Amino acid sequence: MAYSPLAIEHKEGLQHQFVDAEQQRNAVSLGMWLFLATEIMFFGGMFCAYLVYRYWYYNEFAAGSRSIDIYLGTINTAVLICSSLTVALGVKAAQLGKRKLLVTLLLITLLFGLAFLAIKGVEWYDKYKEHHIPGPSFSAQDLIEKYPQIPIDPRPTQIYFSLYFAMTGLHALHMIVGVGIFSFILFQAWKGRFTPEYHTPVEISGLYWHFVDIIWIYLFPLLYLIDRKPLK
Amino acid sequence: MSEHIVSSKLYIGIWATLMCLTVITATVAFVDLGPLNTVVALLIATLKALLVVLFFMHVKYTSEKLTKMVIVSAVFWLLILLFLSLADYTTRGIGHA
Repeated sequence: MAYSPLAIEHKEGLQHQFVDAEQQRNAVSLGMWLFLATEIMFFGGMFCAYLVYRYWYYNEFAAGSRSIDIYLGTINTAVLICSSLTVALGVKAAQLGKRKLLVTLLLITLLFGLAFLAIKGVEWYDKYKEHHIPGPSFSAQDLIEKYPQIPIDPRPTQIYFSLYFAMTGLHALHMIVGVGIFSFILFQAWKGRFTPEYHTPVEISGLYWHFVDIIWIYLFPLLYLIDRKPLK
Repeated sequence: MSEHIVSSKLYIGIWATLMCLTVITATVAFVDLGPLNTVVALLIATLKALLVVLFFMHVKYTSEKLTKMVIVSAVFWLLILLFLSLADYTTRGIGHA
């Protein structure tokens, strides 16, 4: 059997079914985007439920939204945007083969991710103390007293908080998975596994991280900013 | 063709824009714009998402048209889900008044 000239030119990190590194990169990122498309539909169902209930119970959603901490929410948005920057710079460091810089940026990203989860935990604990977790101990009495101008029914108010916990919970779950993935990437980067020729794992984990950031970019106005106007 | 490498300056510029937009959207929420509050909040969110997708996720620089098609169709399918559901729920009262 004759040797194929392609086999002789086989490069490091290039799977044999691809013509060149660019085609391999494009195929890998296309695959990741297909996965992210399924994630859009996954979150999409929740956004759809949110829209329908918000349309039906606008006052309850408005009062519920006023009760969650906008400062913590804004800080968390900023934390995630900063983490997206460190991921983008990290991918660039991997492209240029700067191992030390990549390890540093991945570490900072992980810290931002954990900070986000910690702040989220504080927010949830506040909701627990205020009896805003849907269930037998739920109470909207504080909202009725605090915002007498907004006529609300306690029962559908639970729907707002159910969606709040389901959507931020699913997002936090994605953050936890992201922290896991980035710990693994950090370990591999530390061992020097990534080169300018081969750094695909850094790139597609980066796509995942940015996607989770985008979900939060929408959750923030939809959950925190429904109605913050001064009450008449 | 080699991989496109974005300058760090541009990344930092995008980051600064995203931070500014976050502060703007949180501040504008306290101003009474009537029904426009929601519109403004969602427009700003969409602008932020676009910046992340195009620059941080390198979609602006990809030569692969299939990737762009996957993204556009995913968003299109999401909009079908949202718009057709709302077209039902928001019009149920019509004719039953």
